[in-house]
Amino acid sequence: MTTFDGIDLHRRMVRIRVFEETAGRLSESARLPGFLHLYVGEEAVASGVCAALNDDDQITSTHRGHGHLVAKGGDFKRMMAELMGKATGYCHGKGGSMHINDLDLGMLGANGIVGAGVPIAVGAAFANKYEDNGRVAVAFFGDGSTNIGAFHEAANMAGALRLPVLFVCENNEYGEYTRRCDTMAITDIIERAPGYGMRGVIVDGMDVVAVHEAATGALEGVRSGNGPALLECKTYRYFDHMGVKGVGVSYRSDTELEEWKQRDPIRSFEARLAESGELSADAARAVWDEAQAEVDGAIEFAEQSPLPEPEALLVGVYNETGAPS
Amino acid sequence: MTTTEATPDARELMYLLAVSEALAQLMRADESVFLAGEDVGAAGGVFGTFSGLFDEFGQRRVIDTPISEQAIVGLGVGAAVSGLRPVVDIMFMDFVLVAMDQIANQAAKLRYMFGGQAKVPLTITTSAGAGLSAAAQHSQSLEALLCHVPGLKVVYPATPYDMKGLLVSCVRDDNPTIVIMNKMLLGAVGPVPEELYETPLGEARIARSGSDITIVAVGRMVDEALTAAATLAGEGVECEVIDPRTLQPFDTETVVGSVRRTNHALVVHEAVRFGGIGAEIAAQIQEEAFDYLDAAVARIGAPFCPVPFSPALEQLYVPDAARIAEGVRGVLGMNPVVA
Repeated sequence: MTTFDGIDLHRRMVRIRVFEETAGRLSESARLPGFLHLYVGEEAVASGVCAALNDDDQITSTHRGHGHLVAKGGDFKRMMAELMGKATGYCHGKGGSMHINDLDLGMLGANGIVGAGVPIAVGAAFANKYEDNGRVAVAFFGDGSTNIGAFHEAANMAGALRLPVLFVCENNEYGEYTRRCDTMAITDIIERAPGYGMRGVIVDGMDVVAVHEAATGALEGVRSGNGPALLECKTYRYFDHMGVKGVGVSYRSDTELEEWKQRDPIRSFEARLAESGELSADAARAVWDEAQAEVDGAIEFAEQSPLPEPEALLVGVYNETGAPS
Repeated sequence: MTTTEATPDARELMYLLAVSEALAQLMRADESVFLAGEDVGAAGGVFGTFSGLFDEFGQRRVIDTPISEQAIVGLGVGAAVSGLRPVVDIMFMDFVLVAMDQIANQAAKLRYMFGGQAKVPLTITTSAGAGLSAAAQHSQSLEALLCHVPGLKVVYPATPYDMKGLLVSCVRDDNPTIVIMNKMLLGAVGPVPEELYETPLGEARIARSGSDITIVAVGRMVDEALTAAATLAGEGVECEVIDPRTLQPFDTETVVGSVRRTNHALVVHEAVRFGGIGAEIAAQIQEEAFDYLDAAVARIGAPFCPVPFSPALEQLYVPDAARIAEGVRGVLGMNPVVA
């Protein structure tokens, strides 16, 4: 039984939810350019895993990357500014939602290519082992990513080289707008783990404590040199693959959505915290209000921020410094 | 632009040994440099380009990987953004296509997409070119694909000297770089200083000075162009042969400066002519030196077909000195010489 900080886990989840729901509203009112892939419903995964990491551990992310960055400690102002394409954003408006990152926080980037973050996490893990710095890398990816070659190549490489990487599958049952069961012949993603010499663990991805404990356990082995592990979190995406809607859609039923919402990771955890006396309803409300105020402040900051100057177009294609000769 | 490099009394070394010497010296000097790829360890690489490295540096720094090109480049990208200076080998350039997502969508773009936060000091080595009857999937020259992607730097050494110097520059560069080794040049011998030195990126070399025509030759075609130039000298034609050395960023200035003096230009590479890097070079010449040209810029490259297996066909496929000489005569309006 690992210990956990309920207040911290709750706060991480609420911050993700509030940021994402707000971003969704902004997107619907056309205040955000481009594509938006929201993490609502899956908060327990990023929160539970990232709470088990040290600040200098690295993560790679997916299309649906805001949640991972928030869970790793991302700054709302720079995030919102990036979503608006402003010069003050994390990527100075060059990356947007799909490439949001903060290398200082070890967040090596959301990624617009399905599965592509996985080999990069393995590379980060290689660097950690090479430098013997005790850090681990975590690759977040969806169930759909496990159908792409990059995942398999990277998983095999990590197994073969016994690298300190934790593979975290967010199995939300849909790859974009297609049911997972229509795209693979297995039910559980962890069935892929033994092929790469990894232990696989399934956890309820709607239960932040379960995720946190499973991640902590798996990371212990990863950190102590046992090689990679795979953690499969069964979770659900409330909104569509892209944008908000999510209800009344052709590819899944509202009943299914409602069933998952009954197990909402935040509401269920709040009930648990209230019962244990760790967090009263009022205190919980205050966390939501605080997060909302912070997001509102971030919107104001982002809206008042300048757009990138035209000269920025060609800046950052290459790094003009080099290693000392 | 540089016109001279090695001193005449410099030690002679084979092109392929220049690779392992450069890497060994870089790895001795910088603990963050490591090598990973297929068969690069105990085997020393399928062409022997990495021989001796495993013995000296061991399996921590010389890593035999699975046959997984995406994961090999991904390993390099992840390690590079984490502070190391990886060298990863893609055995044949044809296999670059297998890893193209990690090369073109990840390595090349991370820095820009991340608003300048990322540094990706990754070097990818690979072997290109026909001539070994290795057929269509082990012989290609795909440099134009790579040069088309902003964020990558691409070098194509034509001499043992530049093999070492360009590799050193690439490994020390803070951007993703691709070092193309030509399979038919692996045994080429030339002067190579023993110390660690750099051939600056983005600087062409005038391999031969001449006043009548500028031949821009890529990779293995530099030697063929020099042979053609020697033949043509006997016909009273003085060719200037330019070896760009770096294809991205491209040294337009040296090429255009030469064409303004010679008023004629021929571009030659081993890659397929259509859409090859020669098309870009020819376009730049006509943009920058149109008024100086006495004839249209000519291009020589491989025909529009996959690389054939049979030596009889492969010989037809790869441009050679005779075809280059014919090309020059065409540009200069001379009578064709029937061999």
